[in-house]
Amino acid sequence: MTTPHRLALRDLHIRLGDTPLVALDAEIGPGEVLTVMGPSGSGKSTLLAFLAGFLAPEFAASGRILLDGRDLTPLPAERRGIGLLFQDPLLFPHLSVAGNLRFGLAGTGADKAARVEQALAHVGLAGFGERDPATLSGGQKARVALMRLLLSAPSAVLLDEPFSKLDTHLRQAMRRLVFEHLREAGLPSLLVTHDREDAEAAGGPVIELSPAGR
Amino acid sequence: MRAPSLRLAALLPALLTSTGLMAAPDPADWPAVLEEARGQTVYWYAWAGDQRTNDYIDWVAERVDERFDIDLEHVKVGNTAEAVSRVLAEKQAGNDTAGNVDLIWLNGENFAAMKESDLLFGPFARALPNFALTRPADNPEVVTDFTLPTEGYESPWGRSQITYYYDSDALRGNGDAHDALPQDIEGLLAWAKANPGRFTYPRIPDFTGSTFLKQALIELTDRDEALYAPVEESDFAAVTAPLWDYLDALHPHLWRGGRQFPASSPEMRRLMGDGALSLAFTFTPSEPAAAVADYELPPSTRSYVPDSGTLGNVHFVAIPYNSPHQAGAMVIADYLLSPEAQATKQDLDVWGDRTVLDVARLPAEDQARFALDAENPAMLPAGALARTLPEPHPSWMTSLQDAWQARYVGR
Amino acid sequence: MMLRLAPALIVTLLVAPILAGLAMALLPAFGYLPALGGESLSLAPWRALAAQPGIGRSVAISFAGGLVATALSLAVVLLYLAAASGSRLDRWIRRLVSPLLSIPHAAAAFGLAFLIAPTGLLARLASPALTGWEQPPDLLIVQDPWGLSLIAGLVIKEVPFLLLMSLAALPQLDAERRVAMARSLGYRPAIAWLKVVAPALYPLIRLPVFAVIAYASSVVDVAMILGPTLPPTLAVSILTWFSDPDLDQRFLASAGAILQLGVTAAALLAWWGLERLMARLMTAWIARGGRDRGEAGLRLAGKLPILLATGIAFAGVGGLAITSVAGFWRFPDALPRTMTLDHWAQALPALGEPLASTVLIALGATLLAAALVLAALENEQRTGRTASKALWLLYLPLIVPQIAFLFGLVVVMEQLGTRPSHGLIVFGHLLFVLPYVFLSLSEAYRRIDPRWTRLALTLGASPNAVFWRVRLPMLLAPLLTACAVGLAVSIGQYLPTQLLGAGRVSTVTTEAVSLAAGGNRRVIGVWALVQAGLPLAGFAIAIGLPKLLWSHRRGMQGAP
Repeated sequence: MTTPHRLALRDLHIRLGDTPLVALDAEIGPGEVLTVMGPSGSGKSTLLAFLAGFLAPEFAASGRILLDGRDLTPLPAERRGIGLLFQDPLLFPHLSVAGNLRFGLAGTGADKAARVEQALAHVGLAGFGERDPATLSGGQKARVALMRLLLSAPSAVLLDEPFSKLDTHLRQAMRRLVFEHLREAGLPSLLVTHDREDAEAAGGPVIELSPAGR
Repeated sequence: MRAPSLRLAALLPALLTSTGLMAAPDPADWPAVLEEARGQTVYWYAWAGDQRTNDYIDWVAERVDERFDIDLEHVKVGNTAEAVSRVLAEKQAGNDTAGNVDLIWLNGENFAAMKESDLLFGPFARALPNFALTRPADNPEVVTDFTLPTEGYESPWGRSQITYYYDSDALRGNGDAHDALPQDIEGLLAWAKANPGRFTYPRIPDFTGSTFLKQALIELTDRDEALYAPVEESDFAAVTAPLWDYLDALHPHLWRGGRQFPASSPEMRRLMGDGALSLAFTFTPSEPAAAVADYELPPSTRSYVPDSGTLGNVHFVAIPYNSPHQAGAMVIADYLLSPEAQATKQDLDVWGDRTVLDVARLPAEDQARFALDAENPAMLPAGALARTLPEPHPSWMTSLQDAWQARYVGR
Repeated sequence: MMLRLAPALIVTLLVAPILAGLAMALLPAFGYLPALGGESLSLAPWRALAAQPGIGRSVAISFAGGLVATALSLAVVLLYLAAASGSRLDRWIRRLVSPLLSIPHAAAAFGLAFLIAPTGLLARLASPALTGWEQPPDLLIVQDPWGLSLIAGLVIKEVPFLLLMSLAALPQLDAERRVAMARSLGYRPAIAWLKVVAPALYPLIRLPVFAVIAYASSVVDVAMILGPTLPPTLAVSILTWFSDPDLDQRFLASAGAILQLGVTAAALLAWWGLERLMARLMTAWIARGGRDRGEAGLRLAGKLPILLATGIAFAGVGGLAITSVAGFWRFPDALPRTMTLDHWAQALPALGEPLASTVLIALGATLLAAALVLAALENEQRTGRTASKALWLLYLPLIVPQIAFLFGLVVVMEQLGTRPSHGLIVFGHLLFVLPYVFLSLSEAYRRIDPRWTRLALTLGASPNAVFWRVRLPMLLAPLLTACAVGLAVSIGQYLPTQLLGAGRVSTVTTEAVSLAAGGNRRVIGVWALVQAGLPLAGFAIAIGLPKLLWSHRRGMQGAP
């Protein structure tokens, strides 16, 4: 979990037809958070979709995504080892809290249960394993979503405005919690946001995207 | 000379194909037929609109399984012509040896149509051991289907005759019920005028409705002999003119003013049960009594055959030319003619369909089985069915149906 | 890649049999049927068809009846949605949609006939006290020459269908917010709904509406029970000709089948013209900007007809239930004097085999259909492409009248040497089950938030694991509902079962229809209730099972 990883984005270009949307060349070290900022329509979500492996067919992209020097570009989403954190916690409604945490966890039974319990305890939710996710509070859900991401042992993380729907006081706490864990895990992360405070809390370099078709 | 060549024709497909299943059975070699029938599954396509008929066929299935090791499956059809179409579709597709229909319950037009299109196996009827009990020499109706000689291509099974029925409670107050009831076709018109909206007949081309037309025609025309030859041989318009005059006069006094007719004999029975009619008729003499037992008609229901006599006919079973189980089908046709099967069929508690056997010439112990239930008030009095008029040539049925529809449909 | 093949497989399975069947109707329609001596092409069948008494009227009733029944059903549904959304009546009606849909057409028609006939339940309840009728009045109500009772019977059955389809489509329109927005501009709620939601809803339910037109203009069983008789509707006439003992009538019947195809096509075309007209009228009405004129009337028009339709359907079934235990029941008794279980006792021993066949065939066809539909939808999700254009062909079996191609299909099957079997019937039912399963499931499937898939993939799950562990469980409720619809469709099939099974395979529906020929209303009552009960059980499971499974998952209650 603490093996350091390095994510390099080499000469990325994304176009919609003839319109260039995003151009980016960056490198993210272990535990580092690169923040990409820009108003809506600037291609932030398209960039994330490309990195995660879900780019819709109408977009054309060039460039390479290198994880520890390995080219991820040709791989399908599930084999890239890139985790995602969304605006909403998106806990699977048909699974228990523990079921959600187990979803991305490789390995065998007994060991899994122990790791799930440990992860819950780690974010102050010990004993919540059998709970229905719909009964958790917003902050609790966000914490479960974070632990689910970390348990799936990604090599890099994408954050899609993960704090924008939280209350102000929760937002501060979650920012701290998320960035702490990402740093601790040594994961290179890319944060997409339009909230300058997010960028400040992330503490890493910031890139501004401008609106498309300028 | 006809029989052997026909048999050869039936053999041909089997001879021509190396995988030919089996040759058509020879009806004359009965023990061989019985042997071949063993273990066969026979699909019998039979009209299934009546629970009692279906129950009787179930009973037959149990017996032939016990006695002959034949698995009889009743294929329930709403209209016999469905089975005819199936055999036709098979012939059209070149399926001459592995047809789906093994046995079919039919008479009249369906028989004429199948025979004309060479869709039947035979002749086989005369070879059935029990067939002799019908005494065809004295009872020509068992070898004549709507004037057509059956030539052994179908085997008789039961008898029908037009029988009128009424609710004696509802008609009380009109004086003596029996006297007030119509005793011939002219009397029917008078009765309908006196009781407007209380009589009708099934919509043409329904079988029972068409039979009513023939009945009326026989009584009204003075050229009876023309009806027993193909319709092309006579002046249809002239022969039938009295019938149309009669119907034109009758219709305004019918149920719904003759603008609507029940779809079938059972629907007419339902109208009787609902009290919408006071007088109705059926082609199955035991039907009113059976319907009382099934709560469809009031217990005060009574039956009669008018003094003028009514049309009657025999219904048969036949075997399609491409049935792969002809031996089994023949064994069943034979069992249907046994005194045991015929007597059970005539039992009012079972079905009530009358026998085709010549009961008077059966051995005494068999005769006793056929005693009619004289106690049931809804049944016909003994001897009432003696006044039977024979069926006209089948071509009349079609022509009458067409003429009726041209005259009364869509106006 | 089996998934890639799914859309092509579906289209082939549905389209090939229909085209083959139509071809085998087209040839005899022009005199070619060698088995009957028709060796050369001729127009004789068409001349014979034109000479049929009352043919013009038959065609007119089929055409007009189909259009009027569809227009009425659609109006009832739209007015109801406009006037009753969110009310107590709304919750109540929504709960009744599935049971209403599960009543087979024939059973509903029997029920209606028994309710409104001069000898029926209503006349009995009112007689003799109110009407003075000691004998049933000689009135032409059921099977009236104008087809009004036929239209009524169709409306009763098509309203729940269109309502279910509308309810499935509505969530994507965000109707509440649209209405709220319009209300904030001063529009009264029902008018707001009609002006801002209905125009967006209609395109989404257009195909089901077309299916209703096709069905209503070519229906056989309902028309036999409620339709006019002298002459009957075109479809009923065709069936009579096909089953005429005079085999030469087959040519006439085939010409009739092709004519039916034309009548249905003409009805669809006419509807298309009406759509245009309505669109203009609506645009003008919306542009005029009226905010509250007619609101009260709309509220009434929205609630009364649907209550009436629902009430009649259930009263009809109630009437069937009473007849199934009735002893002799003389007019004008409101209830039978004696009750008996004889009819049930007689039917029960005979129920086993048809029941087993029905369930086997329905499950086979539905599971097959569900698998194919899931494969096609999953393929759509994975390739990221929306519906393959060819998939509209899916609706072909709903638009082409059954009676136009089934007889030809039987000939084709014969020629291919297939023996009638349960398998063949399952295949035949698939033609009609698959479109309905697709229709019921596709919206829910396409609407599922794509982020669930992305999330699961980034957590390392393979696309197959995403399907089995995320999409399938999350879509369990709509999937089961789609299956229940499929089961109901399969259970209600008469012609395909009878024709493809050579009559050898009996289901509760073929039993019910063949017993209907016998006219014993009590026996019909028994079988119609059994026939209605089966799909109801399917819907009960479809609604109950997810509730049970997800009883501890609040997020799955009332999920998409």
